[in-house]
Amino acid sequence: MNEWILFPIVLPLLMATLSLLPRGWRFDRELMAVLGTFGHLVFSVLLFVQVQTEGIQVLQAGGWAAPYGITLVADLLSATLLVITGIVGFAVVIYSLGTVDELRQTFGYFPMLHVLLLGCSGAFLAGDIFNLYVWFEVILISSFVLLTLGGEHKQILGGVKYVTLNLVASAFFLTAIGLLYYQVGSLNFADVAQKVGSLDDKSPLLMTELLLLLAFLVKAGAFPFFFWLPASYHTPPVAVAALFAALLTKVGVYVLFRFSSLLFTVQGNPFSTLLLWLAGFTMVLGVLGAWSQTDMRRILSFHIISQIGYILMGLGLFSQLSISGGIYFMIHNIFAKANLFLIAGIIAMVGGSFQVKKLGGLFSKFGFLGVLFLISAMSLAGIPPLSGFFGKFTLIKAGLSQEVYPIVITSILVSVVTLLSMLKIWHHAFWQDHPDPTIDVEKNWSALGKSRVYMLLPAVLFSCITVSMGVFAEFFLSLTDQISTQLSDPNEYIQAVLGGGAK
Amino acid sequence: MEDLMPILIGVLYAAGVYQMLRHSIVKLILGLLFLTHATNLLLFYVGGLAGSAPILSGTGEVVMDPLPQAFILTAIVISFGIVAFFLVLVFKAYQANQAADLDELDWTDL
Repeated sequence: MNEWILFPIVLPLLMATLSLLPRGWRFDRELMAVLGTFGHLVFSVLLFVQVQTEGIQVLQAGGWAAPYGITLVADLLSATLLVITGIVGFAVVIYSLGTVDELRQTFGYFPMLHVLLLGCSGAFLAGDIFNLYVWFEVILISSFVLLTLGGEHKQILGGVKYVTLNLVASAFFLTAIGLLYYQVGSLNFADVAQKVGSLDDKSPLLMTELLLLLAFLVKAGAFPFFFWLPASYHTPPVAVAALFAALLTKVGVYVLFRFSSLLFTVQGNPFSTLLLWLAGFTMVLGVLGAWSQTDMRRILSFHIISQIGYILMGLGLFSQLSISGGIYFMIHNIFAKANLFLIAGIIAMVGGSFQVKKLGGLFSKFGFLGVLFLISAMSLAGIPPLSGFFGKFTLIKAGLSQEVYPIVITSILVSVVTLLSMLKIWHHAFWQDHPDPTIDVEKNWSALGKSRVYMLLPAVLFSCITVSMGVFAEFFLSLTDQISTQLSDPNEYIQAVLGGGAK
Repeated sequence: MEDLMPILIGVLYAAGVYQMLRHSIVKLILGLLFLTHATNLLLFYVGGLAGSAPILSGTGEVVMDPLPQAFILTAIVISFGIVAFFLVLVFKAYQANQAADLDELDWTDL
């Protein structure tokens, strides 16, 4: 029993509620956002330390023992992702202070940001599948609002696609929950994992698992369900896009990792080959999509898809090494991708456009911006000694040791194309002369005033994390190794939730 | 009743998918509604229809499983909220685009 688990959920909820109070009854929303997300980060780190030292932490809400009550579980994977959520939330709030306009702030930008963090924390900590569904809906509703807030033409139309596909995925998810409950009679992760093993007829279960897989592949933005992502992610303000890029698809992937450890393994992981095929197509189509684009945000959106492919590759190979690599890659990708969005926002503020062809001449005047961009871009492409290299290296090593050569070759080729499309942004925005000499980039920059600090701080923070994930790769890889060991042996999880005596 | 339910659920799923695949933006909403109702009914059905109210009296009579009903209640509330949001969103999209045909929605992909 551990009440600390509650804090990463309660704090954003409290902050969201307080931010909705009328002016005069509350503190400044911006102040609450900064303090709230920082507090969230602190509590997450405390929980992480506790999980590291004392093992899996469990909270049975109201004292109702699993599988009857609501269970919150923090294992190493959840705790790590919570810390990352905390860091990303904090950084995005700082960035929002300088970039999100007054109108959006008036109409509830910050409360919704808190709700999104609440949903993510809840999803990472949920101990049963129905709770997970509820947290997913919390994430969805807040992301709908954040996506369409401001009501620009493009936002609304992108929103329709995003909402429709995510609702269909939710319907699939709920259907699978119903079928699973019918077959197993329980929805608690640990209880389900224990009970499916003793089912007489396991074949109907395959259908349920396939539905679950489908639902979360849509949410993760994998082939062939990724179309909602590039149609909508470039429409909201950059801070929102960065938050979505960092967290939303990754929550879907997190659930796949969780299920593959507790549910899919019962029949010897029947989706391994399927996942590898999907991973390959996701990588290739994502990167080719990015190659054909000229809007920075759309290039980056397509790269999200391509990188989901790498994480799925780790899941599809399904060995301890590959899962460790997949999780490392996910962590690296969250920071690198969010950072690229944030930097693209700065570039657009200074250069006046998101279109790479309308940009230029930034390197001579803003060398630091170039360095920040280059760190994340090269990390994304997998150039050593940055974080992306070690993720890809581990994945490829796992692929080679299992002699699955096609996916290994695909992943190497895809990273070359990734490099090319990153160089496209670099070449146009930084090296080439500005095509429109009337735009004075230095004047644009100084006109930003105080927001410059707010915009640069998170970018510098993320770049530092990216570099240190590469330099101290051994530390991070040993962490992901621990996570993957914990995932590959669900007994520890089951024991922690159901207790030693329960059977 | 027990035999009719699966058929009803199947019809609702089919109707939902069919409506979603049509051109009209209004039918998209209808399709989503059908789909969520089908799912809710499915959740209801998995709990079993026979049995009395789930209050344990100690007499050993067969009671219904209350859990799926709690699930549906939650799911209905959630889908109610989301559909309310979606209605407004679709109305906004119609205003912005002046077309009720999904194929004529402006292209956001470029």
